[in-house]
Amino acid sequence: MIRTFGRSALGVVFELGEISLFSFGALRGFFAQRRRLAKLTLAIHEIGVRCFPIIATVGLFTGLVMGLQLYYTLVKFGAESALGTAVALSLIRELGPVLTALMIVGQAGSAMASELGIQRNDEQIDALETMSIDPLGYLVGPRLVATLICFPILTAIFDLIGIFGGYLTGSVLLNVDSGVYWNRVFESVTWADVQGGYIKALVFGILTISICAYRGYNTHRKASFPGVRGVSESATRAVVWSSVSVLAADYLITSFLL
Amino acid sequence: MDAFLKIRGLKKHFGDNRVLDGIDLDVAAASVTTIIGKSGIGKSVLLKCIANLLQSDAGTIELDGKAISQSRRRANSDAGVSFSYMFQNNALFDSLTAFDNVALPLREATNLKKAEIKERVDEMLAQLELSDSADRYPGELSGGMKKRVAIGRALITKPQVVLFDEPTTGLDPERKYSVFEMIADYRERFGFTALLVSHDIPEVFEISDQVAWLDEGIIKFFGRPEELNSDAQSALSGFLSKANYGRKP
Repeated sequence: MIRTFGRSALGVVFELGEISLFSFGALRGFFAQRRRLAKLTLAIHEIGVRCFPIIATVGLFTGLVMGLQLYYTLVKFGAESALGTAVALSLIRELGPVLTALMIVGQAGSAMASELGIQRNDEQIDALETMSIDPLGYLVGPRLVATLICFPILTAIFDLIGIFGGYLTGSVLLNVDSGVYWNRVFESVTWADVQGGYIKALVFGILTISICAYRGYNTHRKASFPGVRGVSESATRAVVWSSVSVLAADYLITSFLL
Repeated sequence: MDAFLKIRGLKKHFGDNRVLDGIDLDVAAASVTTIIGKSGIGKSVLLKCIANLLQSDAGTIELDGKAISQSRRRANSDAGVSFSYMFQNNALFDSLTAFDNVALPLREATNLKKAEIKERVDEMLAQLELSDSADRYPGELSGGMKKRVAIGRALITKPQVVLFDEPTTGLDPERKYSVFEMIADYRERFGFTALLVSHDIPEVFEISDQVAWLDEGIIKFFGRPEELNSDAQSALSGFLSKANYGRKP
């Protein structure tokens, strides 16, 4: 049993190393590409623009629910005036980066893993190699760079809409004074909180997109089945491992930031 | 025969399975050499090793008398060494139009100006009779048109050697002939050296200058198509008769 555990642990470490080299190769490959801006624009559209509606929707409902839950908790202690503080800090420090990352994984990460898996099976990746085009730089590099731009922006949008959602339930529905709500939001949020949220967003972005791209790109090596089943397995594993890595990294980063 | 492409002792193993076990092959310049053999015998593996899509375990490849390393085989044309590959299933990019698919290697791997790329791609599409379909996506093209786009993409960089991996798979007899004619015609026009894997026996022999029979990891027969009939090897005769070659209708 110990041997099996040790082998699994070594396997995970080996895979982490492979993913790191994969991401580094993709980033390096991107800066050697021609027409970088065009590729980056497409990737920003894929990761950023397409994910905006779902981020905005989930952000709003998260804020609405938090406003509701926190109000009924705080009112027991006569501290409902702290609603703005509770909603804003929870979102900016924790829920914003985590839920944004999970939503992007569901929307863009799974699509990316499937697309790369199909391109691998269809020999499009091999075709790039025969054309002397670095497939990592061409297919994965722009997406990783787009991640660095999109994740913090989408996280900020999620936070803002979530705080507004908290205002809708807290002040509009449950009659917490709106001046008090917004005053507590502005007073309690510090630059360090925002910075911590952005650090998380960047780390989650690199982690999730790297894992999704790595799984899709290596469908032929990593999946248990060839063909369509292999692609679906790659996409599923990409989403599962990305989500787990977000939560694990969240714990680690939070323990360093606090 | 002066070999333009010379392969010596090429080996590729997958675990205990010795797929290529010492391939020796000489391909003349501007010729069409067809590799035949049973399914799963390693024909595509051989092409992929030549194109460096698979790393060979041993052996050398010389082009025009110069040994070429694996890294230079991958590079398109830094030292005048240029291999191009046409995949069995075309491997076209679904999100790119026919024009963009053909232009891809020029845009991404050369320093040509936009106008020059457009001129070359337009010219290629006209030669392939695809000018009217330049803005259509692969999903909107017929099987034969996709093949022509794939051929255009393989030839647009003016490669010295083009590797065709079963270019007629899935085509009806009429289209098979037209693809073979296309390869022969473009070989004349562009002067490349073609290495072809095909199961279409005997149709493919009409455009082949040389035929190589791959069996048990080595080339067991190499010669002109007309020499196949006179070859005394029983295994080759058996393979050819199963492929309906040499039988009177």
